[in-house]
Amino acid sequence: MFRILNKEVLAPSVIRLEIEVPDIERKAKAGQFVILRIDESGERIPLTISGFNEERGSISLVFQEVGKTTRQLASLSSEDCIADIVGPLGRPSEIENFGTVACVAGGVGAAVILPVAQALKKAGNKIITILGARNKELLILEDELCSISDEFFVTTDDGSKGHCGVCTDVLNELIAGGQGINRVVAIGPAIMMKFVCKTTEPHKIKTVVSLNSIMVDGTGMCGSCRVTVGGETKFCCVDGPEFDGHLVDFDELMNRQKIYLEEENLALKSYETRDVKRTECRCKAQKEEGER
Amino acid sequence: MKSEGNGRILGRVPAGEQLPQERILNFNEVVLGYAVEQAVAEANRCLQCKKSPCMQGCPVGVDIPSFIKLMKEGDFRGAAGKIKEKNSLPAICGRVCPQENQCEKFCTLDRKGKPIAIGRLERFAADFERNSGKISLPKKKKSVGKRIAVIGSGPAGLTCAGDLAKLGYEVTIFEALHKPGGVLAYGIPEFRLPKAVVEAEIDGLKKLGVEIKTNVVVGTSVTIDELFCEGYSAVFIGTGAGLPRFLEIPGENLNGIYSANEFLTRVNLMKSYLFPKYDTPIKKGKNVVVVGGGNVAMDSARTALRLGAKNVYLLYRRTEEEMPARAEEVQHAKEEGIKFRFLATPQKFCGVDGWVSGVECVETKLGEPDESGRRRPIIKKGSEFSLTADVVIVAIGTGANPLLLRATPGLELNRKGYVLANQNGQTSKRGVFAGGDIITGSATVILAMGAGRKAALEIDRYLSIL
Ligand SMILES: Cc1cc2nc3c(=O)[nH]c(=O)nc-3n(C[C@H](O)[C@H](O)[C@H](O)COP(=O)(O)OP(=O)(O)OC[C@H]3O[C@@H](n4cnc5c(N)ncnc54)[C@H](O)[C@@H]3O)c2cc1C
Ligand SMILES: Cc1cc2nc3c(=O)[nH]c(=O)nc-3n(C[C@H](O)[C@H](O)[C@H](O)COP(=O)(O)OP(=O)(O)OC[C@H]3O[C@@H](n4cnc5c(N)ncnc54)[C@H](O)[C@@H]3O)c2cc1C
Ligand code: SF4
Ligand code: SF4
Ligand code: FES
Repeated sequence: MFRILNKEVLAPSVIRLEIEVPDIERKAKAGQFVILRIDESGERIPLTISGFNEERGSISLVFQEVGKTTRQLASLSSEDCIADIVGPLGRPSEIENFGTVACVAGGVGAAVILPVAQALKKAGNKIITILGARNKELLILEDELCSISDEFFVTTDDGSKGHCGVCTDVLNELIAGGQGINRVVAIGPAIMMKFVCKTTEPHKIKTVVSLNSIMVDGTGMCGSCRVTVGGETKFCCVDGPEFDGHLVDFDELMNRQKIYLEEENLALKSYETRDVKRTECRCKAQKEEGER
Repeated sequence: MKSEGNGRILGRVPAGEQLPQERILNFNEVVLGYAVEQAVAEANRCLQCKKSPCMQGCPVGVDIPSFIKLMKEGDFRGAAGKIKEKNSLPAICGRVCPQENQCEKFCTLDRKGKPIAIGRLERFAADFERNSGKISLPKKKKSVGKRIAVIGSGPAGLTCAGDLAKLGYEVTIFEALHKPGGVLAYGIPEFRLPKAVVEAEIDGLKKLGVEIKTNVVVGTSVTIDELFCEGYSAVFIGTGAGLPRFLEIPGENLNGIYSANEFLTRVNLMKSYLFPKYDTPIKKGKNVVVVGGGNVAMDSARTALRLGAKNVYLLYRRTEEEMPARAEEVQHAKEEGIKFRFLATPQKFCGVDGWVSGVECVETKLGEPDESGRRRPIIKKGSEFSLTADVVIVAIGTGANPLLLRATPGLELNRKGYVLANQNGQTSKRGVFAGGDIITGSATVILAMGAGRKAALEIDRYLSIL
């Protein structure tokens, strides 16, 4: 059982949870993720570690409510418990002084990129951040990202804040303007990462992406998370989640993300229509279940 | 009690089974096991052979005649105790050992084609004891004040942990998943090995004082060297052969194509057959193709059937004789209507809109034996055929997961990536022992247990001369 220490709503349906897991906090590095299972009947879902608090022995996770499990997770509050968390999983980000690094984040990708950008900054890189969202309400972690960036850009699809358009517009301009960008880190929806890679490819700027394939165990045991990178099958959970974006087959990734669309809708519907939603902590009930 | 018969050898007492047409609609256990009278009747067929040839066939040397003798006398709990002297998981082995190649193969009565149903009797004794609620705890030696770390909670790890606890060590098992049991929990389906049976056996270990820490991936959450720093005196690696192999043919990443590991994990560990009551989804195919011929392939095919498939084809590139699956499972699969295509292998997966729609296959014939001694399949030119499929399950074997091994300097591996260890489980790294599928490649539950036991003895020896 793992205790939630704090809960914050960052944007409509974007939540940050701080969870007490000292063993994971001690070991985790930027770019790694955990897999959690809320309760006995829950599924295992991966979420990236977005922040660390050494004193409190905690990590923070930022997630968007997209389906049943994230919706249920959002219904928990501080002092509630989560049945299982395992990690850190995946390879840590490659952190070195590359020179100038452009960090391009879309949506909740901002939470995933934050620890990576922080680590890159610490390693001496010049950080240019481009933070994109559909509208200004959905922009998250602006202050945190801005504070570690040498240059900081915001884009919104509807122009409600910053540049009106998508993050690749700004990236394109920067490249065209002769900004010597040595490396790009792009994290967000698959489609956004695909377009960032298309933007950087002609300029041969190494572009690292963090893939979010569907996972079960997260240890290389099931192959659910397989992705094609450079024509080879890789397991996202152990070989990634970060890969050289120019080699990734994004269309395959997007196709595989849709495998359970039908079931996901059904799960959400059956959750929404449940009389009593499980908002209170289930530790006790589960303990009793376990003893039975 | 005198043995039955006046020269006439009675046939094996059959155990009750769910009827095929009923059982394919549920996940309940197929074999119902013996009733008391049946168990006694079967035990009475045993000749109590002086030389007990049956014991040669048991990798852990269960004293078969002695436990059967106790059963003849109606002392089932005594029988269970007798078995447990050598085999700490009898309810499991009685169900899943490939008895026809082990104990029962060496039974004197096998020559008449009617070997004693040793597995069934073993299962009966263990179930009887468990259901009686009075499980005798094995004796435990005085604490030696040393801690041992066991990595992986499959049969190898469980046995090693249990034996070390009995020897007076403080044992902690580290398991990557949220539930202990290894393949027993995530691989072998409920209808063959009820999870309640596995849980009861694991509870027994906990009562012995073994601590089980789930959600710990050794190699990332903590390393072996760190475990030594934390004060563990020795480490046992029982991480199994959990890396799924794929066919590496075109179209394999289409939606609807599963590794057997993923398919079975979703169903068994995550209980997706109860979706949406349980959250983990699974694709229920109408036309399912399973590739492979071992227990894993049988389990996948029969699971797909129970999820509602109309047609389940099982493609195997050799003949029925070479199939490594337990005879009983093949028999059950046939009764349930699995369609076997022997001497055939897939070449390509076809898809529509990103989903698998069919498998292009080709027939094979058998050539010269390969290094495993089995005849190598050769593709027959011009014999292409295709099968319709909306779900495909690839069950062609597994390899060693490199996660832990890569993070452990000084641990030597063999050519195939498995841990190199001598026959007592000693690895190239001081204080580190290993056993089960991680040294042999995919084998059997009982062999993994045997390896766990040997390693426990070796660890005890190593620590007492230290
Ligand atoms: C390495 C990794 C890190 C991630 N980090 C974050 C993060 O920091 N914040 C965040 O909001 N999201 C993150 N995700 C995505 C997150 O796991 C999914 O949004 C979540 O699983 C959705 O579950 P659901 O039941 O709420 O929605 P569902 O309705 O079940 O699914 C919605 C979509 O989420 C994806 N998904 C569903 N189940 C899984 C699964 N078991 N594993 C992976 N993806 C799944 C599918 O593409 C699906 O279409 C990450 C994914 C990966 C692989
Ligand atoms: C579907 C299926 C059906 C089978 N049917 C039969 C049968 O009928 N009869 C039979 O005798 N055999 C059968 N087998 C084979 C048998 O189950 C295995 O040989 C046996 O389980 C091997 O035991 P093990 O302890 O070595 O490993 P496993 O049972 O594989 O257990 C290894 C455990 O280690 C954990 N682990 C792995 N890496 C780490 C890590 N880094 N840190 C922490 N934990 C880790 C895993 O999660 C797992 O729980 C079957 C196998 C499968 C897959
Ligand atoms: S453990 Fe397996 S091989 Fe040994 S007697 Fe029991 S069923 Fe037979
Ligand atoms: S060989 Fe068969 S008949 Fe003889 S003792 Fe063993 S089980 Fe009984
Ligand atoms: S999630 Fe199972 S292998 Fe990656």
